[in-house]
Amino acid sequence: MEAFTDQNETSLLYKGEPIHKHFPALQQSVYGKPLVYFDNAATTQKPQAVIQAITDYYSTINSNIHRGVHFLSQKATDAYEITRNAISEFINAAHAYEVIFTKGTTDGINLVADAFGSYGLGPGDSVLISAMEHHSNIVPWQIACEKKGAFLKVIPMNEAGELLMDEYEKLLDDKVKIVSLTYVSNSLGTVNPVKEVIRLAHERNIPVLVDAAQAVQHTKVDVQELDCDFMVFSGHKMYGPTGIGILYGKEEWLNKLPPYQGGGDMIKTVTFEGTEYNDLPFKFEAGTPHIEGAITLLSALDFIKEVGLDNIERHESELLRYATERLSEIPEVKIIGTAGKKAGAISLIVDGAHPYDIGVLLDKMGIAVRTGHHCTQPVMDFYQIPGTLRLSFAVYNTKEEIDLFMTSLKRAIQILI
Amino acid sequence: MTINEKQDELIDEFEFLTDWVDKYEHIITSAKELPLINEEYKQDKYLIKGCQSKVWLYPEMKDGKIYFTADSDAIISKGLVNLIVQVLSGYSPSAIMEADLYFIDRIGLKEHLSPTRSNGLLSMLKQIKMYAFAYNSLKA
Repeated sequence: MEAFTDQNETSLLYKGEPIHKHFPALQQSVYGKPLVYFDNAATTQKPQAVIQAITDYYSTINSNIHRGVHFLSQKATDAYEITRNAISEFINAAHAYEVIFTKGTTDGINLVADAFGSYGLGPGDSVLISAMEHHSNIVPWQIACEKKGAFLKVIPMNEAGELLMDEYEKLLDDKVKIVSLTYVSNSLGTVNPVKEVIRLAHERNIPVLVDAAQAVQHTKVDVQELDCDFMVFSGHKMYGPTGIGILYGKEEWLNKLPPYQGGGDMIKTVTFEGTEYNDLPFKFEAGTPHIEGAITLLSALDFIKEVGLDNIERHESELLRYATERLSEIPEVKIIGTAGKKAGAISLIVDGAHPYDIGVLLDKMGIAVRTGHHCTQPVMDFYQIPGTLRLSFAVYNTKEEIDLFMTSLKRAIQILI
Repeated sequence: MTINEKQDELIDEFEFLTDWVDKYEHIITSAKELPLINEEYKQDKYLIKGCQSKVWLYPEMKDGKIYFTADSDAIISKGLVNLIVQVLSGYSPSAIMEADLYFIDRIGLKEHLSPTRSNGLLSMLKQIKMYAFAYNSLKA
């Protein structure tokens, strides 16, 4: 796949053009300055193809799925199931029915935490998470543990933001019923050794959930190779629409777990005496789903496929390397999270300036970054900081934008200190 | 000077700053020159917690008027807090309760008062009004 025109070209090409040209939202000016969008870990912008697919959906397909005998309903059902197949292929699931549509990563974790809590947690049991989890991979487990008298235990990390694998092994006792951890940290950028984490858990027959919300858009993810039992991610962080996400679960696990929500589509027969649940994947898809989101997610997958995940990964790693190198020019800047393997995001603090102040000034210079705790308050407590400024990259970002960011950051620091 | 006259003065002061960054630079520069709140009042009792930055607000009643001093750990918040304090400090509880703060919108800083900004400013404004309400009830 053609990626760079030459070594010095910093923009990826798509259909023969610099890729950012395919993203209408990136063509705007804010406060009279060209928009530089570095908040991709929160959500990515959408390519024209996805925006068009949404219009097409409502213009030509809109109908409820799985129930109607009429033409449009069948068209919608087909399109919905085509995306499921494409997702299954994208993550290399063994079966398409192991792919469940959810509202997003948070919804997926809540589903597993709730269902697994009912199925496999008892008094004195524990759930193991890591020190760098997003609140969405902490709170649902706290709720599940509280209901069952179980405990939440945490795999510690070092100052660089890397998991302490020795400590992890020590924590893996027979009380641990499930391990749930992030593939890539949203606030530190750390890429965790999930394959090794899974291998060690499986030696003790403990299932593992992988939060891949910050992974699937950056690198090739293969659920069979990783051998994870569950994986969750969101459509809107991978160039797709908001409100749609994926839960992958191994067939044996999805069959064992009780349903999360009851309603239409998840049943075979209903009487007032009892209900027979539907087969996978429908058992976990109660009610009318986000049909438009699921169907148009296919365009986002096509986009990723056409650009090529290898190209995306190479381009984004180069941006990360370049930004890290350039940030070392400013003595007041300290990068938070210096793991050996990182993807997607750089968090930093500036000595003598509050992240909020820098964020506001950068915004006025046309640069969108995120400041705060990034829904990982325990990580901020670990480093004893109120928050960080985070820049996170996507396929359309360029080195020129990083240069612009650097000039703006220097000006902001000059104003503030 | 009335509260509204103070607001109009601030609107005039900001009028010539058309560039956004200049506007914020002005807020920051003035915040840097500010006297800090008395350290003894920088305690949880006077803390208004935002999601990203903290604001401390201390009220004092003297001769029927409420005087405020305030601070923040973020300098832009501190500057904005100061603007609000400048306008509302030194008036009677009823004047503060009835005040309509139109200057924030007019100088283009309304976004900082939206609930999603989570910088504690909106809560601070509510707190000021609550102090005014409380002192007013005490008086009665």
